Formats: sequence, C-alpha cells, structure tokens
Amino acid sequence: MRGTLSDRMGAALLMAPLLLFLVLAYAWPFLGVVKWSFTLPTPGLGQYHALLTDDLVQSVFIRTLRIAAIVTLISVTAAYAITVVWVRGSPLQRVLAEFCILVPFWISVLTRAFGWVALLSNRGLINTWLQSIGFISEPLTLVRNEFGVIVGMSHFLIPFAVFPLASAMRSLDERVLLAARGLGSSRMRTFWTVFVPMTRSGIIGSAMITFVFSLGFFVTPAILGGGRSVMIAELIYLRIFQSPDWGLGAAISVVLVVFVGALMALLFRYVKPKQLV
Amino acid sequence: MPTYRPGPVSLALAVLVALFLLMPLLAVIPVSLTPSRMLTMPTGELSLRHYHSLIEDPRWLESILLSIRIGVVSSALSTVLALTFSLGVWMFQPRFTAALVGFVLLPMVVPPVVSAVTLYFLLTSVSGLTSFFGYDTWLGVAMAHSVMTVPFATVLILVSLSQLDRRIDLAARGLGASVWERATRVIIPNIKFGIVTAALLSFVLSWEEIGVTLFITSVNAITLPRLMWMGLRDNIDPAIAALSVILIVITVLVLAVRSVIARQKASP
Repeated sequence: MRGTLSDRMGAALLMAPLLLFLVLAYAWPFLGVVKWSFTLPTPGLGQYHALLTDDLVQSVFIRTLRIAAIVTLISVTAAYAITVVWVRGSPLQRVLAEFCILVPFWISVLTRAFGWVALLSNRGLINTWLQSIGFISEPLTLVRNEFGVIVGMSHFLIPFAVFPLASAMRSLDERVLLAARGLGSSRMRTFWTVFVPMTRSGIIGSAMITFVFSLGFFVTPAILGGGRSVMIAELIYLRIFQSPDWGLGAAISVVLVVFVGALMALLFRYVKPKQLV
Repeated sequence: MPTYRPGPVSLALAVLVALFLLMPLLAVIPVSLTPSRMLTMPTGELSLRHYHSLIEDPRWLESILLSIRIGVVSSALSTVLALTFSLGVWMFQPRFTAALVGFVLLPMVVPPVVSAVTLYFLLTSVSGLTSFFGYDTWLGVAMAHSVMTVPFATVLILVSLSQLDRRIDLAARGLGASVWERATRVIIPNIKFGIVTAALLSFVLSWEEIGVTLFITSVNAITLPRLMWMGLRDNIDPAIAALSVILIVITVLVLAVRSVIARQKASP
C-alpha cells in the first residue's frame, strides 16, 4: 500500500490541515506557556522555586492529591456496582442502569454541580428534609467545603469510570463463572475470587481515568468548594486572573502536565493501552 | 444473553448508586418552581416566574444564540479537520501513524485547565492583530472549542473507518478511481453515520464547554455556560434551576429518541 510518491503526497495533503491547526493553535502556544513559567515576572527558575517552597501552593497540591484519591476510590467502587447490573442484569435492569449512567453523562458539568448545590445547601432539599423530620435543628454544612467537592466530583466521574469496567466485564468468559458456581463456590466467593480478578484491567483503566480527570478538575471544585477547598486547577485560574501572576500559573500548569504524563507513562509500562478500552 | 445474573446484594448496591446519580438532576425540579427570589424549596405554592425570567431577560436568549453560533462553527471546523486527517490515515496508512494520532489526541488527554491556559496564551497573543479574532471574541472561542473537540471527532471517525471493509476501496481503486473519487463517492458515503455523530458530539461538547471558555472570555463572548457560571458564583439565581430543568428534559428526550432509533435499526 505505502510507497509510491503520489500515495505519500496524498496522505500528507489530507493529514496536513489538522496537524498544522494543532501545531499552531495548541503545541506552539503551549511552548509559550512554558516560556512564561521561566520568564515572568523575572527570568529564571523563581517560579519553580516558589512551587517547592510556597506553603499555599503545597497545601493545594496535597489537597488535590488527597481529593483525587478519595474520589477515585468512591467512583470506581460505585461504578463497579452499577456496571455489574448494566452488563449482566436482566433486560429491564440493563435498560434502567443504562438510563441512570447515560443521562447524567450527557448533562453538563454546570447543571450537575448546580443540582448538588440545590440538594446540599443550607436551605437545600437535604437540610430542609432533615429539619422537617426533626433530625437536626441547625442546617448541616454540606457544601462550600471538601465534602461537597468530593460528592460532586464523584458524581461527575462515575459514568466515566463505568466504560472501562463495562468493556472488561463484557469480554469476560462467563463459563468460568458458571464453572466456579458449579464447583460449589458461593456467590460472594465467585465474585471476589473469580469475577473481580478477571476484570482487573478494567479496574485499573477506570481508576486511571478517574484519577487523571480529578487532578485537573476545575468547575465542580470551584462551585461546590466555594473558594474554601481550592484545587490545583482553580489555583491556576486565580493566579492568572486575580493575582495576576502568570508565571506561577504557567509553572503550575507545566508541573501538572509533567505529573500526568509521568503517571500515564508509568501505567502504560504495566498495562497495554488496548486492555483499557 | 448472560446467564450469570447479579444477586440481591449487587442489585441493592446498584440501586443506591443509581439514586445517587439521579438525585441532583431531580433536585432542580422543585427549586425551579419556587416562588422565592432565592434558591429555596417551594413551601406550599408553586410558581413559573423563573421560567418567565428566562424569556424576559434578553441575556439568556443572547447567550443561547451565541452558543449555537459558536457550536455550529467549531463543530464544522473540527469535523472537516478530523475527516480529512482520518481519511489520510485510513487510505494511506503512513509511517508514524500512531505518533500522529497520539499528537491529535493530546487536547483530550492533557488536563483541561492546562489547555485553557494554553489557549489563553494563544488568544491574548493574537488579540493585538485584529479585533475580530483573539481574546473575548466569538471566533476565538469557536477556534478554541475546535481544538478541544477535534480529538473526539477524530476518534469517532477513525472508529467508523475501522469498521469499513477495505475491499470496497480496493475495488474502486482497481477500477481506476482517483483519490478524490474514492474519498467522496466510496468512503464518505459509507461512514456518513460516523461523520454526523462526530459533528453532533462536537456541537454538544462546544455547547457545554466551560473550563476553557472561562479563560478566554470576559465581557463580550458570553456563552450560555459562561452566563450560568456567573449566576452560580455570584448569587445563586433560581432561573438557572429553570434552565437546568429544560436542559435535562431535552437531554432525556434526545437519549430516548436515540435509543428507539437504535432499537429499530437492530430489529429488522
């Protein structure tokens, strides 16, 4: 197939517009951001030094990692529970599970964050209800804090965590499960010793997607954290628009890209990309 | 048909997760009907005033029209770019294909906030050149959205190409069709569905894009998500609840129609 000059010319002509577009609109400006991180406000490594010494930046990094880990744990577990029914349930159960996964998936991140504000705020549904049954006298603070951020992010990420799990569960040979049951293994035991280990690649893929997404997540933490539970992405936004401290914002961006890239490289050494989707 | 069905414990857990997923979507319905100016539960009487305010306040309509315009332009741009690129990959299978596709997928993999800073750098740099393009212009937003949606469009079109039988193209080639004829008369008609899906997905992604948009707009190019964001951050306006209910209803309807069509396609 390949080889003739006209073939190569044809390929180059067809592929050029998109490649050129992304080089000009994405790769080149990213290098500009890298340049900012070394030159603003003064040339040198000052911004990177600040990253290592600034208490605020450090605490935001640690908080981001902590929240990302908690959200990953919650999302993968919850996604696992609903994916089992989506993939292996009765026809009716499957339709219902699919509805519950896909409807939130297609609804915008803003609408979903707003829904959580409506549920969790002081005069929201949950506090109103708890007060009306006399369970509490003062409203609980459920939002504008880390709790709200974790709830909202998990809600956003569960559908994303579902897809790698679903593909792992679909490709699983169910005769193995039937064999385990036929040999006298209980439901629980079959699940923990056969089903879960055989869907391991799905669990890893799902955890990776959730974790990487959580690290750069902006909208949900900004709305549900209410400025009190700032994560890396919001810190970048604040540095660029409120301080304005473009150099530090750019340096944090560069570190975030390097960190995410290293995570993915590490993962791909152990898992082939094809096993994840 | 699976014979290994989930047991009662799995079902109970799945129901809890399903409730968690649907709760915030259902919560906006009562809030949208509150007669109060603030975000509260209705206490007795219901009111449609927040739905009225969506029509009466021209900002909502303006931002909806702007979002549609940006969505159409960015979806057209990213679909055309994704299509030509994917055709090149499929027809000629050039060397370094994996690396090139990997490069195209970068905006999908890089944390969105980094893409946002990158596009902010780009648009503020070109702003000085012309007033039509750059920071806080609708064309700038449309271009930035294309950067973000083009990887998704490319993936969808590459997937539909991978399901196409190569022998069709080989036959056309053997009969003397030029590259242009093979592409427009043979390949594109066969992946129409994938192309339309790519265009629709690009539009939807642009329509609801907020992470990047926040960085590249300030007062002129206020898209619908940007307007919602402003309402959410400052004082929470129940008109957003009314708008959310409308958006949720549209989403559910579109998904329902889509699944009916998919079922009809599968049955005959």
